Amino acid sequence: MSDAAVSRAFIPKLSSLSRFTFVDVVLWALRIGVVVVVVGGTIGTLIKARYGAAQWFDFLVFGVTIGSVYALVALGYTMVYGVLRLINFAHGDIMMTGAFSGYFVASSFAESGFLDTNPVLAMLGILAVAVTTSTLIAVLTERLAYRPFRRVRGLAPLICAIGVSFFLEQTFRGAFGSGVRAYPDPKWQKNTVDVFGFGVPLVEVLVVAAALVSMLVLYVIVQRTRMGTAMRAVSEDSDTAAMMGIDVNKVVVFTFALGGAMAGIAGVCYAFVFKQVYFFMGFTPGIKAFGAAVLGGIGSVPGAMIGGLFLGLVESVGPALFLDGIGIPAPYQLRDLIAFTLLIMVLIFRPYGIFGERMAKKRA
Amino acid sequence: MSVLSHTASAHHPVAEPSPFRRPVKIGLIFGAIAVYIAVVGILPLIDARWIVVDVVSLGDAALIAIGLGAGAAVARRRAPTSSGLAPLAAQALLAGAIAGGMLAFLVIAMSLLDLRPIFIALSPMLLETLTFGLGVPLGSVILIVSGAVLGVLGAALSLGPVTIRRPILIGLSFVLVFGVFQELIQIMMQFGELIGDLRETLYTWEGLSLTGAAIIFVLSAGGAYLWTKSLRTQFHDRMAGLSPAQQAHVRTAKIIIGVLLVVLFPILAGPYIGQVMMLVGLYVLMGMGLNLEVGLAGLLDLGFVAFFAVGAYTTALLTADSPHALAAWTAIPSVSYWVAMPIAVFCSVIVGILFGIPVLGVRGDYLAVATMGLGEIVRVIVQSDMAAPLLAGAQGILQIPKPKIGSLELSDPVSLFYLTLVSSAIAAYFAWRLENSRLGRAWMAVRDDEDVAQALGINLVKVKLLAYGLGAAFAGLAGSIFAVMLTSIYPSSFQLLISINVLALIIVGGMGSLPGVVVGAIALVGLPELLREFGEYRYLFYGAALIIMMRIKPEGLWPSVTRQRELRAAAGELEEEEEAQELGAGVETPSFATQGLEK
Repeated sequence: MSDAAVSRAFIPKLSSLSRFTFVDVVLWALRIGVVVVVVGGTIGTLIKARYGAAQWFDFLVFGVTIGSVYALVALGYTMVYGVLRLINFAHGDIMMTGAFSGYFVASSFAESGFLDTNPVLAMLGILAVAVTTSTLIAVLTERLAYRPFRRVRGLAPLICAIGVSFFLEQTFRGAFGSGVRAYPDPKWQKNTVDVFGFGVPLVEVLVVAAALVSMLVLYVIVQRTRMGTAMRAVSEDSDTAAMMGIDVNKVVVFTFALGGAMAGIAGVCYAFVFKQVYFFMGFTPGIKAFGAAVLGGIGSVPGAMIGGLFLGLVESVGPALFLDGIGIPAPYQLRDLIAFTLLIMVLIFRPYGIFGERMAKKRA
Repeated sequence: MSVLSHTASAHHPVAEPSPFRRPVKIGLIFGAIAVYIAVVGILPLIDARWIVVDVVSLGDAALIAIGLGAGAAVARRRAPTSSGLAPLAAQALLAGAIAGGMLAFLVIAMSLLDLRPIFIALSPMLLETLTFGLGVPLGSVILIVSGAVLGVLGAALSLGPVTIRRPILIGLSFVLVFGVFQELIQIMMQFGELIGDLRETLYTWEGLSLTGAAIIFVLSAGGAYLWTKSLRTQFHDRMAGLSPAQQAHVRTAKIIIGVLLVVLFPILAGPYIGQVMMLVGLYVLMGMGLNLEVGLAGLLDLGFVAFFAVGAYTTALLTADSPHALAAWTAIPSVSYWVAMPIAVFCSVIVGILFGIPVLGVRGDYLAVATMGLGEIVRVIVQSDMAAPLLAGAQGILQIPKPKIGSLELSDPVSLFYLTLVSSAIAAYFAWRLENSRLGRAWMAVRDDEDVAQALGINLVKVKLLAYGLGAAFAGLAGSIFAVMLTSIYPSSFQLLISINVLALIIVGGMGSLPGVVVGAIALVGLPELLREFGEYRYLFYGAALIIMMRIKPEGLWPSVTRQRELRAAAGELEEEEEAQELGAGVETPSFATQGLEK
């Protein structure tokens, strides 16, 4: 189905009411249902006024924090998809490898007291190890698992990517154990910073700052360097780029490395926010970050950043704002439900994202 | 797909700069595999299982296989121009020595550093095993030397004539099977005086004895030798001499024997095997369902577990003797299993169609993610407190009665296995008929090209929804049996992992192939269940299996005929082969003769 056919089939006009099918009814019910829950829940919550301004602010800050982590992971998805048209299903697990390797450094630093006496150096050291590991693993997966599928269409590359995801998870499980390991929790991270008169934990400020800095660096790399230009060229049309003398292999490796590095930073940030690591931790954030990448228009770097932040905010504010209002018990259990619903709604109704129109044409 | 098989098959070695570059690379790869299985903890685990008691453990066998494999890889992939056996032996020696050397390196690292706090599998016991209890320096030397020897052996084996290589390999695999599955085989050999005596010669209390291993090796290798040497051609001549009607008889006889084996096996082998076979049966059911969606219609569905859950929950709600059952708080009476099962299947179909509607317009890899999201949503809802009054939340629904036929209760695993078997047989019949129906062909058309299929007048909406609905029916049936098998169900049983399991098994077996589903289920569900200690490494194997199958054999272990034809046609082999057959009719070129033997 081309775009036009999709819109004809799924967005009925008044004149075509005669062709209004059962499928359309279900899709409209889905749309209306989501809108009703969102609007009704919001009104209900606001009338109840159960949460004060400080709580809403907490939700917002946490949303931005977790959203910037999603944004970092989403960048990896979006760049790889742009260059290879491949959903790197294992990207969430690459984030996990960063968090895990960071854990061993962090816990040894915590034991020696280095993390408390010299927090800046210690954090940089943790990040360096995490970034190195995840970059290495990202490049290795590309070389060993994805490269043979470079020119293959169909389901094979995706299935292979699912295999890579499982392989990474289970390798880490076998090598480092299946238990949940507690990340060190130094005292200084609990200090609060004053933002608009509200106290925000230092760790959240740090995470947002780290994410913003790395995204800025990434943006400069993609927009201003030769390699970044080559990346954009390959993402536009890899065959033509190759004919213009661009070494596509090098660009792909570089893309994976860049995505891996971002995932490593994201992994450490995520682990410091939730204070734990285990082998399966990358899965859910990985899927959500993919949703964020699609939301922002897959292939678009700024889109991934904004999509990530948006998803984080919705997921953090959503349970209280939408679900509490319609009287659902324990709405926080349904945080993932909101994220996944958003993901599916985006995939169904706006697969080209909020911004992207460019990629949509290629996909069709 | 076409390009994939090209890269896989058309591997032409190019002239190399140095004759030792590739052996080094191969040695490093095989050494890395050895180190990997040690670090991940597979080696210490399988080392605990004897093949031949006090002689060879499964761990030893794995390391030996790696050494042999390194040598064989060197011999197999050598450039056709390279001459002489001596340089080849040197290369194989080098590859083996490097592979052994990497293990030696691990051993030395383990003895110098305390890696245990990070890598939980690198225990002192592993160090002890890897150095043969002889201390690190001597042990490392032995590792390198034995690696080199095995490398040469592997190369020799690989270059030797098929008539020798095949019997040796077959003999070794028989010993492996009889050794590893000794518990099960010993249970089966408990009947009768004669078999009992045989068992005592082959087995000791703990496992296969050395004499037993020798007997099995000689018998199976001898048989295989005779088969390759002469019996095989005789047999084929005899078969070719039969009339078509007689050949059909032979085929039916084979099928009847196969069915009898499957039916009688769990009775002979006891309840544990029955349990395993029943699990395999459940996965075969689900595999057939997903096969309709992925294999035939090309809709990669990772939310498949949702249908399984619907089947299980419907059965539970209708039949259970619990406060959450529908009978307890609505006017709906509690029904017997035989009423609940069709209802469960029906509900799954409805859910399948509802599930399919939103994702109708989503394609390819986006579809995979969307369906996975839908599956996760189902799980989150079932687990939440919101749905708890209806579905019992995380506590699950307990006390689901076993199905009854008259006064006979199907309570033991073996009788439930027969329930699964009958259901699978019926389902397989439907799947087989569907595959060759108009609908099946429409699915395949959609799989190959949606736009063209639509242009040909195939109603995409109908066809796709039928794929989801019918696929869900199989999963619902499996879920229904699953509920009575466990007699209690919890939301945690319906993880995404099940979808991945099912996907992995149809990929390993061969997408779109019914026998492939059975092969895949036996390989991925049955085997890990039999080797119980592997349980936690099961998903590691799944991941590796997905990657390796996609790279080496994307059509699966038992591909469907159509699929095979398509792949070969795509690779341009079909035309070549037909041409070759036309040209060389009656004239057997040497290369063809060896090819025939290889296959």
